[in-house]
Amino acid sequence: MTPHDQSTHWVRSFLLVLFAGVSIIPLVYMVLVSLKENAYLIPNPLKVLQGGLSLDNYATVWLDSEFPHYFLNSLVVAVATTAATVWLASMTAYGLARFDFPGKRLIEGLILLELAVPAIVLLIPQFLLAKDLHLLDKRLGLVFFYVGVNFAFITFLMIGFFRGVPRALDDAMMVDGASAWRRYWQLMVPLTWPAHATAAIFAFLGSWDEYVWALTIINDPSKRTLPVGVALFSGQHQVDWGLTFAASVVALAPVIAVFIAFQRQFVRGVMTGALRQ
Amino acid sequence: MRRRGKSRWRTPAYAFVLPGLVVFTMVMVYPTVRALFISLHEWNIAPGAESPFVGLANYVKAVKDPVFWRSFQNGGIYMLVTVPLQIALGLVAALLLDAKLRGRTIFRTLIYIPVITSWVISSLLFRYLFGAGSGPINAFLVDVTGVISEPIAWLGSRWTALVAICALGVWKGVGWAMLIFLAALQAVPVELHEAAAVDGAGGWQRLRNVTLPSIRRTLTFVTVLSIIGGFNVFISVYLMTGGGPADQTQVPITYLYRQAFSFLDFGYGSAISFMLTVLVFGVATAQLWLSNRTESEGPA
Repeated sequence: MTPHDQSTHWVRSFLLVLFAGVSIIPLVYMVLVSLKENAYLIPNPLKVLQGGLSLDNYATVWLDSEFPHYFLNSLVVAVATTAATVWLASMTAYGLARFDFPGKRLIEGLILLELAVPAIVLLIPQFLLAKDLHLLDKRLGLVFFYVGVNFAFITFLMIGFFRGVPRALDDAMMVDGASAWRRYWQLMVPLTWPAHATAAIFAFLGSWDEYVWALTIINDPSKRTLPVGVALFSGQHQVDWGLTFAASVVALAPVIAVFIAFQRQFVRGVMTGALRQ
Repeated sequence: MRRRGKSRWRTPAYAFVLPGLVVFTMVMVYPTVRALFISLHEWNIAPGAESPFVGLANYVKAVKDPVFWRSFQNGGIYMLVTVPLQIALGLVAALLLDAKLRGRTIFRTLIYIPVITSWVISSLLFRYLFGAGSGPINAFLVDVTGVISEPIAWLGSRWTALVAICALGVWKGVGWAMLIFLAALQAVPVELHEAAAVDGAGGWQRLRNVTLPSIRRTLTFVTVLSIIGGFNVFISVYLMTGGGPADQTQVPITYLYRQAFSFLDFGYGSAISFMLTVLVFGVATAQLWLSNRTESEGPA
């Protein structure tokens, strides 16, 4: 390395530390506050590290609140949403990627159009539809609409992955007389399981973090999901920030775990979504 | 023979495509059409009640409503602040990461973590950080650095609240832009950089003449999506200020949400959402058109 290279290297590293620091310090701060008892008053940041840290807020959140209920609701809704979305989107994507049929162009066009329509425009008509279908205040109402909302993006993602599989493989199976079903289940799905994993991660996170729809259609406290529950911790006039952030950390932890464990699939999904435009 | 072959192809296609499409049509396509319909009515949600057709009355009401205008102004300001910052910082981060470097994956992960932190959690966090009195940001500015002498009640008035809301938008958006730019940068052929280096081009020249032109399409893509995202700002405002004090920090969606779900004025809420959509599509299309034009006129 020349001295010049070395100094660029140091500048580069310094700036990256700065970027990473600004990104992560607020969250570290959140964790620290969650370890303080009775954090009603906003503690001076310089004092956050003084005094004892304790897990009391976590105990309160788990044992003394509706939180476990919210957690379970979110889990059930997210798992159901993920399974249904990936299955439906994968089949539709297969149909669109491998067959020609009347109306195919129209379907592809609608999927692209809905990708561009801001979700919020649909909130009011979706609410009225949920009312007509008697899905208000029901977990099924969450799942059904999450599947529909996530469908376009996941299908779009899967079409891209399926088109990457050579058609010659399908043809070879067809010569052996395999039906479309068998070609899908025994060829396409096994070959593209990482793509299915990518899709599952996006569907799961899309449901796990969803706030607006859950806020709008769920009234019954026993059916609330995590994002609504976490926001409620800060709803009182006297916010107990320690408690609020303990709940936040518990809600965020699975997301970060999934992200780090499946980082490769995740990054691939973001990039495929982006670069195919 | 060919006909038979074709029809054998068709039947399973519909079996694959239809189940998902039914849900999609109900949840997405039908509401898209119905949104416009609702906006032309004085929508009455009570069972059996009439919902009279009122033409453009809801739209006229919006034009005469000062809070409607302020909400669009705030949304526009949010967009004008967060989109350029997010893109510039995301691009810088991506350029920094686009090199052989120890701990590259760790840096990328850390910078991306705000993106996967939900809007609810990050909004609560920023509400806390920008708390009045001895909130962390105030403490940093007053006690640690002494930039200001008195703490600011950030969320208590329009402009300072917008600063906090924009800060959250940028914090949460940089990682996404970075990741997409990074993918685009890695697709730039190494030979281009080498050729430019052989021609004696310095770092800045290579950035201007090789790197940026190669990722132009990505730049447009990120810009358009950030603009759409910027107009969709909602949860952060809803949880940080609730649109207050006195409707000062309303953005289009907090305002339409309030009209629809607090005042049950679904017709008016739909009219606002429709105008927002038209605006988003308009700006996005203009942006695409502009970048296509400069692409075809500019140097290759």
